[in-house]
Amino acid sequence: MQELRELYQTVILDHNKAPRNFGPLEDANREADGHNPLCGDRLTVYLRVDDEDRIADVRFEGAGCAISTASASLMTEHVKGQRLEEVAVDFDRFHELVTGPVNEAPNAEELGKLAVFAGVREFPMRVKCATLSWHTLQAAIGQTPETAKTE
Amino acid sequence: MSDATARLDVERVRKDFPVLATKANGKDLVFLDSAASAQKPNAVIDAIAEHQRTGYANIHRGVYQLSQRSTEAFEDARAKTARFLSAADPREIVFTRNATEAINLVAQTWGRSQLQPGDEILITEMEHHANIVPWQMLCEATGAVLRVAPIDDEGVLRSDAFGELLSSRTRLVAFTHVSNALGTINPARELTAQAHAHGAVVLIDGAQAVPHMAVDVCEIGCDFYVFTGHKLFGPSGVGVLYGKLALLEAMPPYQGGGDMIETVTFEKTTYAPVPHKFEAGTPDISGVIGLGAAIDYVTALGLDAIANHERELLEYATKRLAAVPGLTIIGKATHKAAVVSFVLDFAHPHDIGTILDQEGIALRTGHHCAQPIMEHFKVPATARASFSIYNTFEDVDRLVEAIEGVRELFT
Repeated sequence: MQELRELYQTVILDHNKAPRNFGPLEDANREADGHNPLCGDRLTVYLRVDDEDRIADVRFEGAGCAISTASASLMTEHVKGQRLEEVAVDFDRFHELVTGPVNEAPNAEELGKLAVFAGVREFPMRVKCATLSWHTLQAAIGQTPETAKTE
Repeated sequence: MSDATARLDVERVRKDFPVLATKANGKDLVFLDSAASAQKPNAVIDAIAEHQRTGYANIHRGVYQLSQRSTEAFEDARAKTARFLSAADPREIVFTRNATEAINLVAQTWGRSQLQPGDEILITEMEHHANIVPWQMLCEATGAVLRVAPIDDEGVLRSDAFGELLSSRTRLVAFTHVSNALGTINPARELTAQAHAHGAVVLIDGAQAVPHMAVDVCEIGCDFYVFTGHKLFGPSGVGVLYGKLALLEAMPPYQGGGDMIETVTFEKTTYAPVPHKFEAGTPDISGVIGLGAAIDYVTALGLDAIANHERELLEYATKRLAAVPGLTIIGKATHKAAVVSFVLDFAHPHDIGTILDQEGIALRTGHHCAQPIMEHFKVPATARASFSIYNTFEDVDRLVEAIEGVRELFT
């Protein structure tokens, strides 16, 4: 039960029930769909990236488990206002947080609230849930504004 | 005729399965995922080990005694399988890797040699991906057209629509005997008769049926019937294709190689008679013998006793789960195997799976390789409890209790 409480911390349950930045973003200039075929989770990440490569706004929508929904919600809060190169660094940090060795203390100093996902490393089957939104964000960032429009 | 009074001694059965004495996350294991793959009794484990220790040699080759004994044990398992399905002739039993390969075998041999552009294959909306994708591939290769008979919101095949989709263009009808995601039992004999009335060949996916009920392919009248060993308490890696002898004999071979030939020259090769024509290369010899042991095991327990036990479990589980506030059961056919798929309005199936696992309960969450069913019911996934010979009412109680734990955490 202790491990479960680690996984389903209050912050995660709260963001699952009331996800932040949820819904389409009208003036998005990039977007991508993410799909985890194993569990059926689907989500779309919308971005507005400004001329200085900064995430001016970010929203998401979709349906998934508590871990994937809360992860997407907390991610949007975290990356809003970040420069794209900062996002790339935090993507790696987040990945390390949820996949690092179980017997090592997670390093979440730079990740703020995202530290609540440290419990995921105890549940290898759930890593994909926690990282789906981040992979989708990365796919959206990789798009040029032109290709996003044609979709 | 089935015997409604036949009973299963569940406590004795449980002692036959060593895994049930183990712990999961510190709790007594409650295994509710037999529809994905069943656990193995000592009788199967021992038969495989004994064959590998003292009875092993390649089959159909050596003139020495050990090879002869191994061959006899292998062919004995074929005869047992034929009796198990009430097939007329052991030559109608082809061993494959699994049910999936058995379906692919029919698609690639019978299908490719028989189908023309415009011919139709009829399947149902409740099929496992294994009974969808091979036919889609066959359609791509031949120009045949795939038609799908819909289900209703109880998870029952709509027989009116099924009948309307049958025509003289229908060359093959493939349907599941028991739905893995919904538990629905299809009226195999009636559907087969309807298909035959239009001249179609019938393949039935029996992977979810044979562990739970007596199956008689002659009584059903189907042309092909497939199942897999690992859901029948046998090892993984062994599947079965039953096919009517005349059909199998007329079909071209599947894979080429050793054991499936009569004579080989560089100019021309002639093929071995059925079933060996379809069994190229060294098979999973010990696995087939393990399957034979599994068939002996369930036959000794009695398929009627198994069916009666599982019916009681299903009734009890349905009653208890239906009473859980916020729980919706997906699949409410009257004629149903012991499978309960459900969703909770307060937690996603994936979260349910993780939380139940902490309570020692193993159950499947996801789309169950049946995405069209999830689409029909507009759910991304379900949690599925499937019950078997070794499950008890107490297992159901533990499940319901654990679901209450999910509620506590999530609400």
